[in-house]
Amino acid sequence: MDLSLLFIQTLNGLQLGLLLFLVASGLTLVFGILDFVNLAHASLYMLGAFICASLTFVLGNFLWAVVVSLPITGVIGLLVERFVARPLYSRDHLDHVLGTFGLILVLDTLAHLIWGPAGIAVPLPPWLDGQIQLSETLVIPTFRVLIIAAGLAAAGGLFWLVNYTRLGMLIRAGASNRTMVSALGVDIQTLFALVFALGAMLAGLAGMLIAPITEASIGMGNNIIITAFVVIIVGGIGSMKGAFIAALLIGLIDTLGRSFLDDLFKLFMSSEAAETSAPAVSAMLIYIIMALVLAFRPSGLFPPRTR
Amino acid sequence: MQKLTRRGWLTVIVMALLAVLPPVFYLTGNAFYLDLATRLTILAIAAVSLNLILGYGGLISFGHAAFVGLGAYAVGIPAYHWLYYSWGDWAVNGLVQFPLAIIVSAVFALLTGIVCLRTRGVYFIMITMAFAQMVYYLIVSIEEYGGDDGLVIDTRSELPLINLDDPLQLFGLSYVSLLVAMLLVRMIVNSRFGMVLQGAKGNEERMISLGFNVYAYRLTAYVISGAMAGYAGALLGNFTTFISPEMMDWSRSGELMFMVILGGVATTLGPVLGAVSFIVIEEILSTITIYWHLPFGLMLIGVVLFVRGGLAGLLTGRGGKDD
Repeated sequence: MDLSLLFIQTLNGLQLGLLLFLVASGLTLVFGILDFVNLAHASLYMLGAFICASLTFVLGNFLWAVVVSLPITGVIGLLVERFVARPLYSRDHLDHVLGTFGLILVLDTLAHLIWGPAGIAVPLPPWLDGQIQLSETLVIPTFRVLIIAAGLAAAGGLFWLVNYTRLGMLIRAGASNRTMVSALGVDIQTLFALVFALGAMLAGLAGMLIAPITEASIGMGNNIIITAFVVIIVGGIGSMKGAFIAALLIGLIDTLGRSFLDDLFKLFMSSEAAETSAPAVSAMLIYIIMALVLAFRPSGLFPPRTR
Repeated sequence: MQKLTRRGWLTVIVMALLAVLPPVFYLTGNAFYLDLATRLTILAIAAVSLNLILGYGGLISFGHAAFVGLGAYAVGIPAYHWLYYSWGDWAVNGLVQFPLAIIVSAVFALLTGIVCLRTRGVYFIMITMAFAQMVYYLIVSIEEYGGDDGLVIDTRSELPLINLDDPLQLFGLSYVSLLVAMLLVRMIVNSRFGMVLQGAKGNEERMISLGFNVYAYRLTAYVISGAMAGYAGALLGNFTTFISPEMMDWSRSGELMFMVILGGVATTLGPVLGAVSFIVIEEILSTITIYWHLPFGLMLIGVVLFVRGGLAGLLTGRGGKDD
């Protein structure tokens, strides 16, 4: 096995894992505190990418576009919370799923109307577009380093917010007992709206970061959302720590599986059989992992202690 | 014979219309409406099967399209080998393909059900969705069977007495299958087995303390439901003669759920009403605008927010379950 390839793929896996964490942390936050299943989280990811793409052309700079897009996705999150999520809080999960499924159709079609059917490529400023030479044979794209750094920074910021601020204290209190929190005089409605907006911004940020690599396109969120589900199922729904560990695990397993599984299979089967079976198995790998985890721990690796 | 209730009459009327109207349209030169009715009928079978676990069992499965897709591929793959690898004529025999579709879906339901049913609530929703997506990616990754691009079924299933190449006979088979599926689910629901299933939906702890192995009952229901959806998939493959992973996309599962909810969960007629409404709405909206998903999505949100008990509840003036 080629060591430098292993290194690059590990970095790629880390990058995927961090993006997954950004999406999954919003999902798990909203579910853990609001007890609300939000499928339309996928659309917020997509909208983040599209808005950032448009703003990159308007403002002429990708980084400024990210800075301006973040509050915009937050506001979209607030609107979604007010008009779709809030009336559904008291309903069961089935209604959440159907309502937000409808919302996905609406938002995807709106994106289609506004930005057209084709994807939009997002240009990077020259200093981000280059590569970093690590050794004679090892180069990594600068932008991937930025994604990893931004992902880690967001994870760190979230950790700080949840564990060391008053808002975070309310969030944690809301997750363990919302009735008590509201009885103590906390405006639970505003808290919920803020949490929802925070989740939207995290999903939007993930979309913005991936856009320069894959370009912004309709339905781009619908693939990552399922993987994000796998992440929060494995991590334990409602657990931030679980989401972080599971996201990195799933990101690494998925990326490394896709690039090295055929080599691994060739050790014990004919190379022809390995080449036909490896893609099929690597496509299923993360789901098999999920099934294995659930077989032993039905509520994930780190189930929240309360609820 | 018990006296028909208001909802019973509605069921008879809707099913009679569904039996009579499409052939009449076909014979008067509107073949298109027969096609529409065939698709509707097949989707209704899948919705009826979903209603067994979702409506009566309270198990919110978001992966039902996977069973339909597996059923379709159980027809498509043997037909492919028959054409290109000169497998025997048994490979395109409906008496082989249809049971195969049922078995494949049932086995998939059993294997995933063992894991899924250990979980509760939102975990169950997400995990059924994830397993369905797993099948989706599996099919995409197999280039032999067309991967992303899908697979053309060159020969429809060969059945004794019935020729599926005749649209009228294909509709007839689908319609009869739908009737059987509805009766089957009704029988299951009214049996002791069905009572336990519904009891577990109402109060799981109580059923367990009464000594029932709720897990086993649910798993059985899940397998039956999956097998029925697989059968619907075999019909769908024969109808479209083109199958692709797109059939198992999670938005297809969402549409099936929508049919059940719109029509009215835990009712005999609900899934059929839901399928009829879905197809009619889709047809009307998509002729008006290519952006039909926008009004459709808004309508979906509206239904969730404002219509309780589904159409079956609205039409008979009472929400909730069958009387």
